[in-house]
Amino acid sequence: MISVEAVTKRYGTFTAVDDVTFTATPGRITGFLGPNGAGKSTTMRVIVGLTPPTAGTAHVLGRRFADLPNPGLEVGVLLDASAQHAGRTGREVLTLAAMTMGLPRRRVDEMLDRVSLTDTEASRRLRDYSLGMRQRLGIAHALLGDPEVLILDEPANGLDPAGIRWMRDLLRGYADRGATVLLSSHLLHEIEVVADDLVVIGNGRIVANGTKTELLATANVQVRTRRPDRLADALTAAGIAYTDASSSAREPDDCRTLHVDADAELVGRIAHRADVALIELRDADGAGLEEMFLELTADTQRDTRQGAFA
Amino acid sequence: MTTTTGPAPAGVTTPTVDQRPVRATPPRHIPLARIITVELRKSFDTRSGLWLLGSIGIAAVLTTGAVMAWAPKTEFTYGGFTLAIGFPMSVILPVIAVLSVTAEWSQRSGLATFTLVPHRSRVLLAKAMGAVVVAAGATLVAFAVGAIGNLVGAAIAGIPTVWDLNPADAGYFALGNILLLLVGFTLGVLIRNSPGAIVAYMVYAFVIPGLLAFLAFNQAWFRDARPWVDPKYNQDLLLHGGGLTGEQWTHLAVTSLVWIVAPLIVAVVNVRRAEVK
Repeated sequence: MISVEAVTKRYGTFTAVDDVTFTATPGRITGFLGPNGAGKSTTMRVIVGLTPPTAGTAHVLGRRFADLPNPGLEVGVLLDASAQHAGRTGREVLTLAAMTMGLPRRRVDEMLDRVSLTDTEASRRLRDYSLGMRQRLGIAHALLGDPEVLILDEPANGLDPAGIRWMRDLLRGYADRGATVLLSSHLLHEIEVVADDLVVIGNGRIVANGTKTELLATANVQVRTRRPDRLADALTAAGIAYTDASSSAREPDDCRTLHVDADAELVGRIAHRADVALIELRDADGAGLEEMFLELTADTQRDTRQGAFA
Repeated sequence: MTTTTGPAPAGVTTPTVDQRPVRATPPRHIPLARIITVELRKSFDTRSGLWLLGSIGIAAVLTTGAVMAWAPKTEFTYGGFTLAIGFPMSVILPVIAVLSVTAEWSQRSGLATFTLVPHRSRVLLAKAMGAVVVAAGATLVAFAVGAIGNLVGAAIAGIPTVWDLNPADAGYFALGNILLLLVGFTLGVLIRNSPGAIVAYMVYAFVIPGLLAFLAFNQAWFRDARPWVDPKYNQDLLLHGGGLTGEQWTHLAVTSLVWIVAPLIVAVVNVRRAEVK
């Protein structure tokens, strides 16, 4: 259980995190999603007490992080896999953490095994590690104390596709055992596949917060037709929202693509009644969250999209 | 920090969906001794750390050799050897203390350190105590190598061995080294950058004493005031052996308060408030 209550962090006049409130619940993976510089990392650092907030509080397992007697045993944290002494070996990094937590040394071997770092790799120094190896070591570091809360900042960074798959299964397994998993990413697909709940942040503010199913329920059907005007009228009459998602590249003729805020059966029925022939009617899978992400962060992200709905 | 016993606050055990085996005992506070052990290990688990530690021994042996080779026979005494060994130590020990602190920031390992132990002043205390342990060990090395040097030197020179040090001298030697090391430690906590803090220590140890000596040589008023304001002057008195007079102890206490304790308090307060990036 992680609860963030009205956390604000200002640096001079710049507000990095602006009145952020959310909860990550046990047994679920909470995806913390936002473009670069949106305030994800700062929020996570506030949660673990590395950054003092300007206002607000954060609690993990019902306590302030600093009040946890032996945090490593209760909260696994990976904020930056490269933030380790470059001259230490991977095994040494884990050994130090295990010593601090009071764990037996064999736990180090178990974790190295768990993240598939071989003995030779573990005895190399961190300056010779690839990003993917650092990431694996960082995950091993976070899992060392068998914690019931995991806080991971961009853990998929630098992992190869197999590694990403492995991590996804690992996090799922943890959540299924009742752990609270908070995972940040700026990659939509990564989060969409694995998360149960989503917290979307842009420019330091929460722009969406809810279960993935809820959030994906908007604009969830993609429909293509040669009579978009008639379909649009019928949808409006039925009180259903839609957006024009046509792209000139994909629509050479008079076709238009709409994203409709309803399920496929309803849209089909409306089209049938309005006597509109549909060329395509399908769940806007993948596009759903991406649309939402881009829309929600449109005015807060760095690169403004141009002519999306021309 | 006495909240280890008593009922666990709400939320510590995860509700309903939790199928994880519940921990037999709730986690206990991390004892300071364990943090000291970890911090000591961190000082020597890298190649550079190991070499720094090794260099204490190497420098001790080399210095002993140098005394035998080049010093006049009148200096072939226990004190002569040991105090000579003390000189390189007074450089290496503070560097170890500096790096134990600054590496957390320069190498960014502080992210892990301060999340595993989210009480920064506790980590700093453990680092300081670890450094003192190293200084105590180094003192033993200095006196042991000094004794061997004294025996061998006297034998080679064919003169009677002179044992002119007593246990109190070992205490002074250790105290002098600990104070120098604490200066390095303070600079480390204050500056939090490895090169910056090491340079600052070198300026403190080698540049400023020269300038102050020059000033004292030329200005009579400063010659009298110097013991009250120059911490290194008093620390050197300790390192160069011999007991201090009551007034000298007062000088040492005053300069240590002003130049070590006060800045250290400011530095620790800063670290507690600062963001660990």
